Amino acid sequence: MLGLTIEQIAYLFRGAGWTIVLSLLGFVGGTLLGLPVALARSSQSRLARALSGVLVQVVQGIPLPVIMFVVYFGISIGGFDVPALVAAGVAMTLYAGAYLGEIWKGCILAVPRTQWEAGECLALTSTQRFVFVILPQALRIAVPPTVGFLVQIVKNTSYSVVINFFDLTYSAKVINNSTFRPFTVFTIAALIYFAICFPMSLLASRFERRLHRG
Amino acid sequence: MTLQMRAPAPSAALHESPSMTSPAAPLVRFRDVRKNFGALAVLKGIDLDVAPGEVVALIGRSGSGKSTALRCVNGLEKVDGGELTVCGRALHSGTVDLRELRQDVGIVFQSYNLFPHLTAEQNVTLAPRKVKRIGKGEARDLAAEVLAQVGLADKAQSYPEQLSGGQQQRVAIARSLAMHPKLILFDEVTSALDPELTGEVLKVIERLARGGMTMMLVTHEMAFARSVAHAVVFMHQGKVWESGKGEMLAHPQTVELRQFVGNGL
Ligand SMILES: Nc1ncnc2c1ncn2[C@@H]1O[C@H](COP(=O)(O)OP(=O)(O)OP(=O)(O)O)[C@@H](O)[C@H]1O
Ligand SMILES: [Mg+2]
Repeated sequence: MLGLTIEQIAYLFRGAGWTIVLSLLGFVGGTLLGLPVALARSSQSRLARALSGVLVQVVQGIPLPVIMFVVYFGISIGGFDVPALVAAGVAMTLYAGAYLGEIWKGCILAVPRTQWEAGECLALTSTQRFVFVILPQALRIAVPPTVGFLVQIVKNTSYSVVINFFDLTYSAKVINNSTFRPFTVFTIAALIYFAICFPMSLLASRFERRLHRG
Repeated sequence: MTLQMRAPAPSAALHESPSMTSPAAPLVRFRDVRKNFGALAVLKGIDLDVAPGEVVALIGRSGSGKSTALRCVNGLEKVDGGELTVCGRALHSGTVDLRELRQDVGIVFQSYNLFPHLTAEQNVTLAPRKVKRIGKGEARDLAAEVLAQVGLADKAQSYPEQLSGGQQQRVAIARSLAMHPKLILFDEVTSALDPELTGEVLKVIERLARGGMTMMLVTHEMAFARSVAHAVVFMHQGKVWESGKGEMLAHPQTVELRQFVGNGL
């Protein structure tokens, strides 16, 4: 089929499977890191804002492939033989955590200050105000940009090719090296990426529209 | 609004009437209260009493400090000088538990500030459930009770966006009532409403006044202030310029009030 064997195509799909695994790792790790970052970035405490700001600036100021290298070789120097999956997962966590933290900070700050005040005037504690008043409204605002960012996560997992993590891009490279059909191979890879990302983009814009209607 | 005939007329908000002689200690007592925002002196020595059951209307030009005075009462703003005692708590001491204070003092804002993600019932019961820890069934009864008080018993399951401005403001009043406060503050609660919707909100406030609720209200509705309030306080440049019963609006003693009423009516 298209000059490729069934085995070769199956190999590409196996790579795509690992792309999805790494994306999930990035999203779950990014959420675990991004939530405290968002809280710290929007908190009253200057110190918390400054520290989390440094993390965000550092991560956003370094290209993702370089983060992958640094994590991969950094951990290896420490004497650990890290599988590329762990290194790529850690790098994706840092990357997604910094960006999601900034996105969610914006969502928290987008809830009008008068909502805090209304909660305060009803004798709610600051935690109660955050949990019952601010967070539900921030979450609503956060859905479209978060789903939109998932697409970025999926696409950017392809940088893990620099540390030879076996994902869709890597498998396409391998197949190309043995078939010398770059156009066919990378077009198939492109279609698979698109098939993963496009539904998410659709979903994001659907949420976006619903938010603006409601 | 019709003029109300009311039983015992509480002490007017004049500082000449010492609190010792009034039958009940005032719920709110300003003595030479001062408040600055940076270099700007906004309250320059306010004296004002609000007795239990009394309705006091604050009027005055934009920027005269009405909202600031009101916000000091529930601790949203700290006073910088003088003495402010609210429900027996000395706010000027700086050691008052504001959460306790706010269970006694409700406030309703011009912009309603309802929680948009919660139904009317949930808006009304959030604080009683989380702060006073009442149960689910009790909360439902409470919501039914206070929403009925503002004439919105049938809107318990509506979200704020499904309600008119007047209805939203009445839910906001119900939300304050649900905490069973001793005092409610109203800051221009009809100013954001279309004229045809202000009446329904004013009627609710009037009914509360008749029911004996203690209230301080900042308002531009002169006719309402005159008919419903026991005392009217005219603020000017951060001071209580003139105060007295509603009739004072018909017979202003100062040039400033005369000008204000002239423009306002
Ligand atoms: N948080 C603040 N920081 C700085 N200045 C403030 C603040 N709040 C109010 N002011 C200033 O204090 C003055 C009095 O404001 P205030 O809101 O009490 O007036 P007001 O009588 O309620 O007026 P309005 O009728 O426009 O509501 C104004 O000059 C205002 O700009
Ligand atoms: Mg004001």
